[in-house]
Amino acid sequence: MKRKCDKCNRPATIRMVEVIGGKKTEKHLCDLHAAELGGVAKDLHTPIDQLLTNFVKLHSGARAQQDLVCGHCGMSFSQFREDKLLGCPHCYSAFEPMLAPLMEQAHGGATHHVGKVPRRCGPDEDRQQLILRMRKRLDDAVRDEDYELAARLRDEIVRFEEKS
Amino acid sequence: MNLNDVTEHAGEWLRGQGPHSDIVLSSRVRLARNLAGFPFVDHADRRQRQEVLDRCRAAITAGQFGQDLLWVDLPSSPDLDRHLLVERHLISRQHAAGGPESPRAVAIGENETFAIMVNEEDHLRLQVLRSGMQLDEAYTQIDHLDDLLEAKLDLAYSSKWGYLTACPTNVGTGIRVSVMLHLPALRLTGEIEKVSRAARDMRLEIRGFFGEGSEALGDLFQISNKVTLGRTEQEILSDFQNVVVPQITAYEQQARQVLARQRPAQLDDKIWRAWGILTNARVLGAEEVLSLLSQLRLGVNLGRIQTVDIRTINELFLLTQTAHLQKMTGCLMDQGQRREARAQLIRRRLGAS
Repeated sequence: MKRKCDKCNRPATIRMVEVIGGKKTEKHLCDLHAAELGGVAKDLHTPIDQLLTNFVKLHSGARAQQDLVCGHCGMSFSQFREDKLLGCPHCYSAFEPMLAPLMEQAHGGATHHVGKVPRRCGPDEDRQQLILRMRKRLDDAVRDEDYELAARLRDEIVRFEEKS
Repeated sequence: MNLNDVTEHAGEWLRGQGPHSDIVLSSRVRLARNLAGFPFVDHADRRQRQEVLDRCRAAITAGQFGQDLLWVDLPSSPDLDRHLLVERHLISRQHAAGGPESPRAVAIGENETFAIMVNEEDHLRLQVLRSGMQLDEAYTQIDHLDDLLEAKLDLAYSSKWGYLTACPTNVGTGIRVSVMLHLPALRLTGEIEKVSRAARDMRLEIRGFFGEGSEALGDLFQISNKVTLGRTEQEILSDFQNVVVPQITAYEQQARQVLARQRPAQLDDKIWRAWGILTNARVLGAEEVLSLLSQLRLGVNLGRIQTVDIRTINELFLLTQTAHLQKMTGCLMDQGQRREARAQLIRRRLGAS
């Protein structure tokens, strides 16, 4: 018979051995609980529907009673889970707490848009994007240890923000 | 311009010109956009879809999108026409398949260099297709088309998430950049698996000639970005220009040279057998043709065969498809008839008749 997960009734797929203070313990976990414990390297290429299913499975106990609903179109988060498509543009803010971590995983850790801004959005949107983009370049420079460029970018950002 | 005019030739993107066109068949950029204040297509009722369609149509046909614009209403188009548009990469299978009750359309620009799908997964899906490696040119054009639309339509956008799309995997820039690569030598040497793995490590998607779910028939591979958020359009494009395309094309060139040096007889045999079958066969299946055309294309690029040009071969990749054969013949055919018509078309185009 297949061994069950130590934490739930799903079949165990991972055996984890931990050595803490010289004492060895063995755990048998299903894929979800193993991922929760960080026991497996996160799969970088998991398709979004898989991410979604896993995420929801993990959190369904806590969130089942309080399914989020978009006030504009009436779409619920659990319906999005099934359809994989959102109901309207407003769903992004309505579901933000649940969506944000999913999007981060699907887009390689990204949390903000830095690309094109439609002109109709007005100058404030432009400004925000510009600052974000400058900050990103600064991060890149620091990561690449190009401190001269980083210092220049930092001054630029300060000057830009003072102009408001 | 109407659909019958376009059938006999391929669009600009299969012309076989442009930089690196021996390996890079075509460059494509797509943008996903939605109108503010409407539900996304899947969640909209018929009346809302119709209103979106009317607004988009008014914005697109207002005149700035070129003289020779073709507007195709899809619910009222015959199956064969919709199938033809899929084969020409002007609409998606999904867009073709929607029922007669679902208001949707496609606007096709001069020489098929651009197409705008209305009411596919998103309200607007713009695409620009170019032959060879021309991503910069494709982006410049699509950016301009996007500006024209934006001047007339309020697009769904938030400062945090960028352009809002029905599926969160497209949010942000809404951009999908892709190149169609012909990689016969990497396939023959079995190195293509390494390319696939490397592409996936870079968060790129690698698919066949007909996109999602299609196999790499004819050794044609379509590579596109998956990440649309947190990077600028320029950064995404530059990945393709500076890393992805130069590296894969160099790898393919190398594999071609290795084949030519180490197994010249086998290589020539493959190429000339393909030529022999294509110029003599009386009955040919669609998939068989794609793989023979691939070998012939390799032969032409290596200078082994000089009696046919790349453009002719590129066009045959398209014209030998099911809907094209029927549209050119002007009648519906069963599979047996199509196989005969396909063989005949190829013999004629390759000058063997």
